[in-house]
Formats: sequence, C-alpha cells, structure tokens
Amino acid sequence: MSLATDITTTPAAGFRVARSRRNVAWTGAAALIVVVVLAFFPYIVYAGTTTILVQAFIVLTMASMWNLLAGYAGLVSVGQQAFVGLGAYFVLILAINGASPFAALPVAAIGCGVVALPLWWLVSRLRSGYFAIATWVLAATIMLIIERFSSIGGGTGMPLPGFTGMDPTLLTAYTYWAGLAVTVLTLVVIYLLLRSRLGLVLTAIRDDEVAARSSGARVGLARMLVFLVAGAGCGAAGALLAISQLQVQPSAVFSVQWTAEMAFATIIGGLGTIEGPIIGTAVYMVLQQTLSSYNAWYLIILGLVAIGVALFARRGLWGLVDEHLNVRLFPVGYWLRLDTDRPAGRAGRARLARASKLTTPPADQSPKQ
Amino acid sequence: MAWVNAIIQGVLTGGLYALFACGLSLMFGVMKVVNLAHGDLAVVAGYIAIGIITVTHVPVLWSVVIVVPVMAVLGYALQRTLIQSALDRSVLITLIVTFGLSVVIENGLLQFFTANSRAIGTGLSLVSGSFTIGSQIQIGYLLVVIFAVAVVVLLGLQYFLSRSRYGRLIRAVADDQEAAQLAGADYRHVFGIAAALAFGTVGLAGIAYGMYSQLSPTTGTDTILLFAFAAVVIGGLGSLWGTLLGGVVLGVAQQIGAQINISDEVLAGYLVFLAVLVLRPQGLIYRRTQS
Repeated sequence: MSLATDITTTPAAGFRVARSRRNVAWTGAAALIVVVVLAFFPYIVYAGTTTILVQAFIVLTMASMWNLLAGYAGLVSVGQQAFVGLGAYFVLILAINGASPFAALPVAAIGCGVVALPLWWLVSRLRSGYFAIATWVLAATIMLIIERFSSIGGGTGMPLPGFTGMDPTLLTAYTYWAGLAVTVLTLVVIYLLLRSRLGLVLTAIRDDEVAARSSGARVGLARMLVFLVAGAGCGAAGALLAISQLQVQPSAVFSVQWTAEMAFATIIGGLGTIEGPIIGTAVYMVLQQTLSSYNAWYLIILGLVAIGVALFARRGLWGLVDEHLNVRLFPVGYWLRLDTDRPAGRAGRARLARASKLTTPPADQSPKQ
Repeated sequence: MAWVNAIIQGVLTGGLYALFACGLSLMFGVMKVVNLAHGDLAVVAGYIAIGIITVTHVPVLWSVVIVVPVMAVLGYALQRTLIQSALDRSVLITLIVTFGLSVVIENGLLQFFTANSRAIGTGLSLVSGSFTIGSQIQIGYLLVVIFAVAVVVLLGLQYFLSRSRYGRLIRAVADDQEAAQLAGADYRHVFGIAAALAFGTVGLAGIAYGMYSQLSPTTGTDTILLFAFAAVVIGGLGSLWGTLLGGVVLGVAQQIGAQINISDEVLAGYLVFLAVLVLRPQGLIYRRTQS
C-alpha cells in the first residue's frame, strides 16, 4: 500500500486530510480564466507584447523543468542547454524535410525525451557537482557533433524554412499560441506529476534523500523519469525558440546562458515549488526588459540576486509569500486538519496548519555547524 | 612522424590541463566543493596579469609573483565568506552559488573588457621560441616550461599535504571534519588555506593559458572548466597524480583528433572523456580519498 492511500484511507479520529486548506475549485477557475484571457491576447495587444510573452513562455517552461530537476530530484544540471539546442535542431531538420515547424514541435519534445535516456545513462554515474559539469560537457559535445553536419548549417547555423509566404501577423499569433500551449501543458504535467505517487517520492527526495531511500523510495528511477521529462520540456522550449527566432545557430541555442536563465528564475522565485518558477520568470522578464539596453548587465544582476536569494532566502520570493499568507496556487501536498478545534486567532491556525503539514519546506542536506 | 609529433604535443598540453585541474580536484577533495566558477577565476587571474603588465611594464614572469598570492588571498576570502556560507546550507546551494559566481564573472568581464581575446607576453622569446627534433617535431619552449611547472606544482602539493603541519590539518579535515574539529582544528580556517592553495594554482593556470593561447571571457567555462573537469574524471576523482595522467590523456586525444581533422580537436577529447565515463567511471587511477 502506498503512503498516499495509507493517509487518505485511514485518518485518525477528529482529523481530516485535504489537498488544500481552501476550495481548489476557485483557484482552478481563476487559472482557467487567466489561460482564456491569455489565449485572446493576439486579438487585443500589439505584436510586440506577444513576442515578449513568447520569450516569457520559453523561460517559464525551462525554469519549471529545471525546478523539477534541482528543486525536487536534487539534480543540478548545468547542461539543460543540450536539450534546448536539440529541440531547436529537431525542428530545423524536420522543417528542412518539409514538415511544418509547428507540427515538428511536439515531435521535437518527444525526441528530446528519448535522447535523454542514453544521456542519463552516461551522467547518472556522477554525483552532485560532478553531475553538474558532466551535463555541461555533454551539451558541449552534442554541439560539436551537430556543428559537423554542414547540411544543417554546420558551425554557423541556418534560417528556419517552412514559413515562406506566411502572413507575419498570423505567424506571430500562431507562435504565441504554441508558446502558451507548451507552457500550460508543462505546468499541468508538472502539477499532475507531483500529485502522483512519483510526486510523493520526489517530495520525499527533496526533503531528505537518505530518509526517502531508507523508506523504500526508488530514488534512481524517480530521478531518471524527471531527467527524461525535463529533457522533453527543455526540448519543447528549444523548438519554440527556433520558431520564434526563425533561425537556428549552434552557439546560440547551445549556450549555457539558457541554463543560467532557467536556474536563476527558479531560485529567485523559489526552488521546490510550482509557483516559484512563475514568479521567477516574471522577475526575470522585468529585469531583462528594463536592462535590455545595457547588454550583459541583466545577467550580472540576475546572478547576484540569485546568489543572494540562495544564501539568505532559500525558499525564494514565493517562500516569502507562502510564509506570510500561507497560500498555495497548486496544491500538491497534503494537509492534516483538525475537524472542530479552532485555535485562537489567524496566526495560531496558520501555525497549526504549518506544523501539521505533511510536506515540509526543503530541509538542509547538511547539518549546520 | 606527424603522429609522434601529435602525441608529444598532446603529452605537453596535458601538463597545462593538469594545471587547470589540480585546483578543482583539491577543492573537491577537501571541501567537497565543485567550484563551477573555477575557469572564470583563472581568466580573472590572466586578466589581472595583463593589467599588471600593461600598467607597470614588469617582465611577464614577474606578474606570476604578484598574481598567484593575490589569487590565494582571494581564494581564502571567498572560501571564508561566500563558499563557506553556501556550504553551511547545502551542496545544492554551493553549486548554485558557484554557478551564479561563474555567470556574474563571465558577463562582468564581457561588460568591462569586451569579448576580445587577449594574450599574455606575445613579445617574449619563451612564448614564440621552439626547438626541433628531426625534421618534423617542433616543440615550443613554453609548453615544456608549463609541463615542468605542472609537475613541480603537483610535487609541491603532494609534499605540502603529506609533510607540512597545514597539510596534515587539511587531510584530517578532509577525512573527517567533525573529528578534526573535536581535536581542535578550526576547519573553516583549514578550508580557507586549502582554497588559497587551489586558487594559487588557478592563478598559474590562467597565466599559463594566456601565454599558450588567448583569454576571452568565455574561455573560463568552455575551455578551462570543462577541460579541467574532463582531466579530473579521466584521471580519477580525488587523485592529484590522476589529474596529470587525465590531462595527458585528454591532451593526446585532442592532438590525435586534430591530426585526423583540424576541427575535431575538442570533440575528440570529449569523446575520450565519455568513453572513460562509460568504461571506467572511477577514472584511470582510483583512490577513495584525497591524501
């Protein structure tokens, strides 16, 4: 019997187990409204705005995947640009052979998920820090291999075919919808994944890997699955990148800058929560848009902020929100609540809820000295 | 003959890669820190050397005397502040912080010093001079000197770690931090000393690469860090002499790759790295602890 059924079927007398303290239907309805409004954006805003939003969708997709890797599975990958690049090249190769780049997008995502399997076999032999650099070396190796093929542009890359004669307004709108679809799908997949048994295992790994292992959680398998999903997700982001830039250049799509962006957005927003990458992407986009005329400054500032957040506010901006308001947009944990007892005051209730929450915030992996 | 030449050149560049790698290996061996900013710090050292040479016009080799202590002090300071507070939190945070540092340094260099490549001491006869064996083998003095420096650095580290008081402390803390602390060792200070040593070698590596080739803001990650890591993995994690062997294997693989097709130099090195990862993930020389 899994832990999940254990908890839900046999609650202690006087207690109730719920996914959320509030009615989830309202959050669900609100999310649906946001998505519908976003879907109408091409009709109501300028093309410049949707272009910026496509960029935000790409970053959000990548950050959510990186969050799944680092925040839940404890895998710090510095080589996710391998999948961004592969996704872009999958689209390019399919487009050269006559497919529509939009039809190529899901193929690229699945292709990257498949490629992730042998790559996982290679890098899973190394732990933490060495895993990080090994993924980086893999990304560099894949780029060097792709640069050898002159039929797909060699070292200089080539423009993406398949859109000739298409109305630019329509193309912008389609690109936007593709981006929105990828992002919504990413968030839904991650949400469902974290609510499943695998999610329970991942949350256990996030909180304490040794304890998870000793409770019989199949840590290795869970990590592999996350690596495959993250490969597919970053591949989708890369495919989107190729479509929105209308060209594929190896040094640009395989740049470690993608990993820097996804990592910083996740850390600033809050590692180990679904909401974190969303907040982080918003912060990222604001910084990037305001500092875009100062070249590399936005990455410098983003990096410094990420270091500061990692050291002094480990749960990120969403962690601060959660601490004070005690809300969750995506309820993936379990709450144990007293049926009748009402402790005095709001703060008291919040404290009780937090104390009895079965999923705790990320714990330190090493004890403080 | 061309192949013999490739192998000789490869072995000699292996010395340079060992110089890249020993700091990374030392920091991992002692503090369990994988410093993702390793390569970028080497580039910083190289840029400091260039700055010193342009401003004060000291001979190139004198810049080493200034840069290495500066880097050692920087290493001690960084370890005692940023890296230690990250270590106190978790391994994950350490990786994030050093990766953040790497990105900040790289983009900072890009912002202030442009993307242009710079070289150190191009006018020096040591850099351009070479001697020939037979008709086809031409060996640059610089590579021989760098190889010798790498061997001396490794011997020095070996001697320091096994014989000196601080070396014993470093080994003790690396083996069992808590036991060493109970015995009265201030592990933070010892970590600082180890980081100072590692950063000293990083300084040497940056200057050596600046003389051998050219430094640009991206050299730190796409060349120095990744080559250093490949050398460490090929040689065997946590083994000092393994880094030299790993560096030599990587260098020979690259030169042979370049011999086959000039644009395959780097790729050949990585493919050997991947082969080692598949066939012998513990590296060519396997040791459990750094000692």
